[in-house]
Amino acid sequence: MKRLVLILCLLASPLWAVQPDEILDDPALEERAREISSGLRCLVCRNESIDDSNADLARDLRLLVRERLVAGDSDEEVVDFVVDRYGEYVLLNPVASGSNLVLWLAGPVMLILGGLLAAVYIRGRANSKPEGEAGLSAAEEARLREIMKD
Amino acid sequence: MITELGHFALILAFFVACFQSVVPLIGAHKRWAGWMAVAEPAATLQFVLTLGAFGALMWAFVTSDFSLELVVANSHSAKPLLYKITGVWGNHEGSMLLWVLIVTLFGAFAAWFGGNLPPTLKARVLSIQGLIGVAFFAFILFTSNPFLRMDVPPFDGRDLNPLLQDPGLAFHPPFLYLGYVGLSMTYSFALAALIEGRVDAAWGRWVRPYTLAAWIFLTIGIALGSWWAYYELGWGGFWFWDPVENASFMPWLIAAALLHSAIVVEKRESLKSWTILLAIIAFGFSMIGAFITRSGVLTSVHAFATDPERGVFLLMITGFFMMLGLTLFAARAGAMQAKGVFGLMSRETMLVANNVLLGVSAFVIFVGTIWPLISELMFDRKLSVGEPFFNMAFTPFMVVLGLILPVGAMLPWKRGNLGRVVKPLAGAFALAVAVGALAFAMQTERSALGPVGLFLAAWLVSGAAVDLWSRTGRGGGRLSRLTRLPRADWGKAVAHAGFGITIAGIAGMLAWEAEDIRVAQVGDSFDVSGLTITLDDVREVEGPNYLSTMADVTLSKGGSEISRLTPEKRIYPVAGMPTTEAAIDNGFLRDVYVVIGDEQAAGGWAVRTYYKPLANWIWGGAILMAIGGALSLSDRRYRVAAGARKTRAVGVPAE
Repeated sequence: MKRLVLILCLLASPLWAVQPDEILDDPALEERAREISSGLRCLVCRNESIDDSNADLARDLRLLVRERLVAGDSDEEVVDFVVDRYGEYVLLNPVASGSNLVLWLAGPVMLILGGLLAAVYIRGRANSKPEGEAGLSAAEEARLREIMKD
Repeated sequence: MITELGHFALILAFFVACFQSVVPLIGAHKRWAGWMAVAEPAATLQFVLTLGAFGALMWAFVTSDFSLELVVANSHSAKPLLYKITGVWGNHEGSMLLWVLIVTLFGAFAAWFGGNLPPTLKARVLSIQGLIGVAFFAFILFTSNPFLRMDVPPFDGRDLNPLLQDPGLAFHPPFLYLGYVGLSMTYSFALAALIEGRVDAAWGRWVRPYTLAAWIFLTIGIALGSWWAYYELGWGGFWFWDPVENASFMPWLIAAALLHSAIVVEKRESLKSWTILLAIIAFGFSMIGAFITRSGVLTSVHAFATDPERGVFLLMITGFFMMLGLTLFAARAGAMQAKGVFGLMSRETMLVANNVLLGVSAFVIFVGTIWPLISELMFDRKLSVGEPFFNMAFTPFMVVLGLILPVGAMLPWKRGNLGRVVKPLAGAFALAVAVGALAFAMQTERSALGPVGLFLAAWLVSGAAVDLWSRTGRGGGRLSRLTRLPRADWGKAVAHAGFGITIAGIAGMLAWEAEDIRVAQVGDSFDVSGLTITLDDVREVEGPNYLSTMADVTLSKGGSEISRLTPEKRIYPVAGMPTTEAAIDNGFLRDVYVVIGDEQAAGGWAVRTYYKPLANWIWGGAILMAIGGALSLSDRRYRVAAGARKTRAVGVPAE
């Protein structure tokens, strides 16, 4: 419970996401800044991008991104700059390399597997004889007789 | 005194659950009618006792009994009555009590309305449900007891998290729990069927109402949560792919798959073992959801009480029920022979495709949700999986699903002719393409999202309409026949159309949203997407347990006033926490969303304005889906023909 209170207090910073004074004068540059910051994670928050976050650190990062853009960096350079300092953890979209390939390929592989299984099942159903024609079991015969008697 | 009675009732309910989980199971095995029959009063008693315990806790909250630890931590005497009541489940212990109350409620439902179930099946279902109850009663009593007293009661409480003091969030948890726990009922039915060794059309018919109910509640619960996020978090996001959101979304997807595959069991006696497996997995995902929310293993914005001890306990419960279910499944699934034969082009095939798509999409979310954990444990890579990944990995499944849905919904059972189905749908398809093209022509952005979304929406809605119309046969009187169609047909069409509406809302909002962030002086006017926003005044207002900075904003178009909005910024002094109360002008085609920010050092206020096209369609679609489910649930065949498999005192077990 104490931890929860602590977390709530941390959240309770008086700032809100992107502030008017942060916005760059050049709309094209600002657009790129928004694009980049929506893909970067606010490190002290829980699963929020710096673009949405109210935390002070997120504001610092937003300003940093804009600083780099104004200095003439390309989008990739800005992202690399941030990743170099804060690690892979800041990327909301994990890079598709190394062990992360498992993550990226899990969906497609599962879809192919599931599709194959389904195809085998459907083929099996399409080719099998309707069971009804195989006749009734002894128990079912007995039950049928019982019903017919009623 | 009342608190002690509630505590005692909870302990009694635990023992009743123990009894209920053992005796009827033995009775069903030995065919002892008395031992089986005891399940029903036990289920009722369990429910009544748990209700008593819950009532006692609610009483403590309503009367602000600060000798209870839980009340101190989550309530305040100045809190409005509504939030005193909803505060009961606005915390870990209370919400677990609500959870177990719903477990017993569903058990009692099966006891009260399961009159046409064969006695052995009924006894086994209730006994498994009792076993689930045992696990959760033990969890509450041993790790999260809500009835603990304080040594020295304080004068006042620490107040409920202000974010939870909101109607949207107050009723979000009960609906979600009704959904999660509803899936425990399908699990019980699945296990009982495995023990019986028999799954047939009648089983499909019995289990479908519970699946439907669980799915409807999950739909409402998720929609409420997302609607709350939209108006409360201050910038109009409605879905964050947060682990806890995913935890509710995965069971929803699996329940949707289950509810479609149960149709195949009911109507065609195929897909039996798959349906059983889905029922087990669906409950597994519910349990994983509970685990994720309460263990703190995955960081999430839903900072619930997190405690490793509880996490381990919940993980053990999850593991136990999954092992039990899957072991039984492995042992018995072979006995379940599919009967129905169907061709490649048939409703069955399309429902298999539906299940593959829904199942794999849930799997993708599952992998994405737990990947940060696996990656850190196994590869020593600390990373995040967030919105961009999920958007990219999940959306294609929904697009494909939306594309094939209207065709699949109209294909006949067993063997169909694709040409015959496509012909009536040609008009719907043309309409959808036209809508998509129009959206493409009118937008200024070059994104495909909006047009594709509107195309799918038009395709789904008009496809559902064509499907309904085609069921009225030929000749005159089709309109009157339309009104007399079975409710299930209407439910299907409404739910599918709702899916389309939600897609339209999400696509429209994501593709064409406009945003304006600025400093405005009192008296300033500015334009956003052709509308004029005027900041008339900013004043301080005092609420019952908060202080508010409230702005008066006028929204107008071409000089004529549309509405007056009062966005607020609140501080809850006891909890020491600010919240934003956005002011939203709801419209059919768009929302205008205004938020007041901080006073600037150089004068003026930060004001954010968002123009959100089709925003309400997201929740409108969800409501339609829920209504569709409810229509289907009220179909008379669940009431009239539910006893299709006549009861037999002595069944023939399939060994």
